[in-house]
Amino acid sequence: MIRFSHVFKAYPRGTLALRDVTFHIAKGEFAFLVGHSGAGKSTVLRLIYGQDLPSEGEVKVSGFDTRRIPAREIPRLRRRLGIVFQDFGLLEHRTAEENVAFALEVTGARRSTIGPKVTRVLTQVGLAGKTSAYPPELSGGEQQRVAIARALVNDPFVLLADEPTGNLDERATRGIFQLLRDINASGTAVLMATHDLDLVRSVQYRSIELEHGAIVFDSAADGEGDP
Amino acid sequence: MSLAMREALLGFRRAPVLSALSVTTIAFALFVVGLFSLVALNLQAALDRVGERVEVVMYLRRGTPVEATVLAMDDIQRFPEVARVEFVTEEEALLRAREELTEFRDIFDEFRDNPLPASLQVHLLPEHRNATTVAVVADRLRGFRFAEDVRYGGDWVENLDRLRGIAGGVGLLVGLAFAMTAVIIIGTTIRMTVLQRNREIQIMRLVGATDGFIRLPFLLEGALKGALGGLAAVGLNYAALLAVSRVLADSRFFTLPEAGAIVLFGTALGFLASAVAVRRHLRRV
Repeated sequence: MIRFSHVFKAYPRGTLALRDVTFHIAKGEFAFLVGHSGAGKSTVLRLIYGQDLPSEGEVKVSGFDTRRIPAREIPRLRRRLGIVFQDFGLLEHRTAEENVAFALEVTGARRSTIGPKVTRVLTQVGLAGKTSAYPPELSGGEQQRVAIARALVNDPFVLLADEPTGNLDERATRGIFQLLRDINASGTAVLMATHDLDLVRSVQYRSIELEHGAIVFDSAADGEGDP
Repeated sequence: MSLAMREALLGFRRAPVLSALSVTTIAFALFVVGLFSLVALNLQAALDRVGERVEVVMYLRRGTPVEATVLAMDDIQRFPEVARVEFVTEEEALLRAREELTEFRDIFDEFRDNPLPASLQVHLLPEHRNATTVAVVADRLRGFRFAEDVRYGGDWVENLDRLRGIAGGVGLLVGLAFAMTAVIIIGTTIRMTVLQRNREIQIMRLVGATDGFIRLPFLLEGALKGALGGLAAVGLNYAALLAVSRVLADSRFFTLPEAGAIVLFGTALGFLASAVAVRRHLRRV
């Protein structure tokens, strides 16, 4: 489903962000990407959603080869992924409902189908009562829930979460993490980048540890197969 | 399209101050271009009015038969440069002289015989009212055997030509400079509004919006701002013309197509500036 084969990523100034990274995320899997800041976690995610291209090696995401994918196909790839960021990435001038609906509008979805889908995902993330609230009116945890609802609304096969709890207090962190686990339990794969080792140790999910752009530990042992 | 239009209009609502500032900046940039155009148009109109007085006068020998004069008028009327030919009889010439040269009225009254000859006044088409053509037509008129003399005020026409040349050249240069300034100001203004929404563009891309989907509302918003700025500029120009019309009589305003051209210029600039700004931006994010 997501396969990295001997991936290197160098940035223009010569910084080597990834060195010979090889791993595979299977359908429905939950995996952590762990490591310090600058270890390469975000770069891995950026390569998956086509924001960057690998300098060497191969990145395959659900049939798309991101080295060969034409620029016009990248939006199609992103519609099949759910992406969540530490800073939530919500449009401040839109309500929770409008933020979620926006992800459907860009796909050209019919208006009649947008409303029910938005209501469904906002209910799923526990925000049924706050659909008309603007992001600044919501707490950090609630904003992240809106971002997760937006990521889910197109029924992605994988949810990519880049430090989704980085800006949240402990209680909100637990709530968001539980939500991600529930989403995974319903069949969506989750790849979560985090440096919160307590969170990683609290569960028995696979963890891939990066250091200076290289994988130094993968609990799936062989680094290629499923956990 | 309706979604893009809704997004474009929402752009105004979300950032009303910045939007109003953009429209005002565009309006003033176009106002200056419009003001210059008005000055150029009115100067041109004034020069055209002076140009209408460019004529070649062929004085006829005394005793030229009327039939010959009428035939000559037909011939001259067929010259490609000629707008119309007017026959001025000896009596009419005296009458006009009395009316126009009032200080010499006494002298005219003392004449027992009319000393003024009949003439053909040849008016040229606007595009031929220049020194070269006037001289060519005058030469041709001299060829008529009953032409006593042909006059056209060569120096005056040459000066008019020179003035037109200077006005045209300076007008073109200054006009281009103003237009370029407007392009730069409008481009920068629109770019600022796009930059301000950098994060929004990033988010749109990450949820799978195509570049076309992202671009369209910006283009519509830019075009709308340009059109509003253009309309405001026409209004400002009208106010400016009203203010000076007491001093400058006979000054004219834009015709409807000319006013439309200013609005269209603003619309096109807003559209293009947005296209360039968003394109640069989409390459970066």
